[in-house]
Amino acid sequence: MAIIWKFGNDVDTDQMVPGRYAPYMRPNEDVGNAAFIEAHPEFNKNAVPGDIIVAGENFGCGSSREYAVLALKRRQVGAIIAKSFARIFYRNAVNLGLVLIEAPEMVDEWADRATCTFDRSNSSLTVGSTTYQLPEIPPFALEIVNAGGLVAYIQANGHMPGDTVNA
Amino acid sequence: MAQTLTEKIFSHALGRDVRAGEIVVVSPNVVMSHDSLTPSIIDILQDDFGRDTVYDPGQLVFSFDHVAPASTVGTAESMNKVRVFARRNKIRLFEVGRGICHQVLVEEGIAQPGFIVLGADSHSTSYGSVGAFGSGMGSTDVAAIWATGKTWLRVPETVRVLITGSFQPGVGPKDLALKIGRELTISGATYQTIEYHGLDWMPLHGRQTLCSMAVELGAKAGIVPPSGEVSHRFNVPNWLFVDEDAEYVRTMEINLDDLQPQIAIPHAVDHVVDLSTVAGMKFHQIFLGTCTNGRYEDMREAASILEGKQISDQVRMIVTPASSQELLKATQDGTLATLITAGATITTPGCGACMGRHQGTLAKNDVCLSTGNRNFKGRMGDPTSRIYLVSPAVAAASAIYGVVTDPTSL
Repeated sequence: MAIIWKFGNDVDTDQMVPGRYAPYMRPNEDVGNAAFIEAHPEFNKNAVPGDIIVAGENFGCGSSREYAVLALKRRQVGAIIAKSFARIFYRNAVNLGLVLIEAPEMVDEWADRATCTFDRSNSSLTVGSTTYQLPEIPPFALEIVNAGGLVAYIQANGHMPGDTVNA
Repeated sequence: MAQTLTEKIFSHALGRDVRAGEIVVVSPNVVMSHDSLTPSIIDILQDDFGRDTVYDPGQLVFSFDHVAPASTVGTAESMNKVRVFARRNKIRLFEVGRGICHQVLVEEGIAQPGFIVLGADSHSTSYGSVGAFGSGMGSTDVAAIWATGKTWLRVPETVRVLITGSFQPGVGPKDLALKIGRELTISGATYQTIEYHGLDWMPLHGRQTLCSMAVELGAKAGIVPPSGEVSHRFNVPNWLFVDEDAEYVRTMEINLDDLQPQIAIPHAVDHVVDLSTVAGMKFHQIFLGTCTNGRYEDMREAASILEGKQISDQVRMIVTPASSQELLKATQDGTLATLITAGATITTPGCGACMGRHQGTLAKNDVCLSTGNRNFKGRMGDPTSRIYLVSPAVAAASAIYGVVTDPTSL
């Protein structure tokens, strides 16, 4: 059973993977093992595939390091639902095909470690006995996520999202 | 049609009128990446896109600054991989010791007024100091530009920050950057450009300080309209000027006459207070450097305060020049000699200790006064260490006494 890992506001990418744990610094290690290694050791040890991250405002602020998203993707986080996301983190997640949902009205209703079921096909989250219909992902981003990320999108369509000219 | 500088830059790039909110596909003028991420971008190009050449080598520029010179066999191997790739594809590469990418691209005239300059580094907002649209991206976005020559961007709305008045002695651009953070907050400009108005008098280095920190407020870009020193050093296109009736999502005014030295306290860039609040606090390390405050003028300001003085034996002071040119300038007028005589040490130009990887990593419970741009928990080392962000003047004044000291009180 998946659970919710709840975070506060302004979680920066240094918390997700400190620069000292970057693939550049530790080329032979799986960056997934460094996810929240210092900021949230319990998440680091116990998060399992399918778990959901729920956060406040501005999740992913700071450094552009895509390996912060990569670490969460390697841990097979099912989705990240936050009140809002920082810009570069949002792009990086879309580019790697990780599901990000902005749900400012709902985040406060869910408790840390609550068991949950996320259904990507109809974008709903069931927490306890209540099912929440989550807000839609903006169509432009959804198209990239559904393609499996930016590289897969470009290879499937032959052009940059939003463009009509072949790459 | 009145436009923001962002709308003008995108309109010029696309050859049609563009408004904020539109999603556009553009060919950026420059795409920068450094030693920390270029190896991963090469991997994405080769393994995921299945190609070994780039669309336009002239668009790309590499810099070695994050862990430079190499500190481990792994970083040394990664740099060699980038060197080989750059040589084979004829891509410009700035070697170890040349300096921080954002400083080097300005010094070399690679970032130009009116350009779109994208970088695999969040502080790419720095290029707004010369009137470019500069913005940071992740490795996959940059790899996609290497492969196609293009990227998609949503043209951002603009926040206007109007600066009036003038600095009191001992107060400078970093205090202003921190004050703007205090007012706008860490996410106050997310997805937006910040335009800084009223700064025609401000030299380039101060503009670099401001624009480097735009990203700390969530901004996609930060632009100072080109004028003064910038219009003397660069060719400013005749269309790149402020339209008085351009549409801004918000206008904020800051009067420098009342501005006191500011300090960001752990662990967020917008936890900013007047320096007097924490005056007298003990600390262990000073780090004078980064793309925000590692330039000649920053070292000069520190030297003017440290002239004839000694750094307290309770603290250590690490100076990391932003580039080889800045270092050279500091050797030519005695600035460096003053810093060294006072007890500071000088490292190779580059990012230095900013992200805790080398040249001043913090131990458990260490407290650092940094002239950098981020005080996130554990950024410079152990997660129990604490970073306070200050100006070069505050750093130098505090170095003498070993406690946080207001330079205006000296």
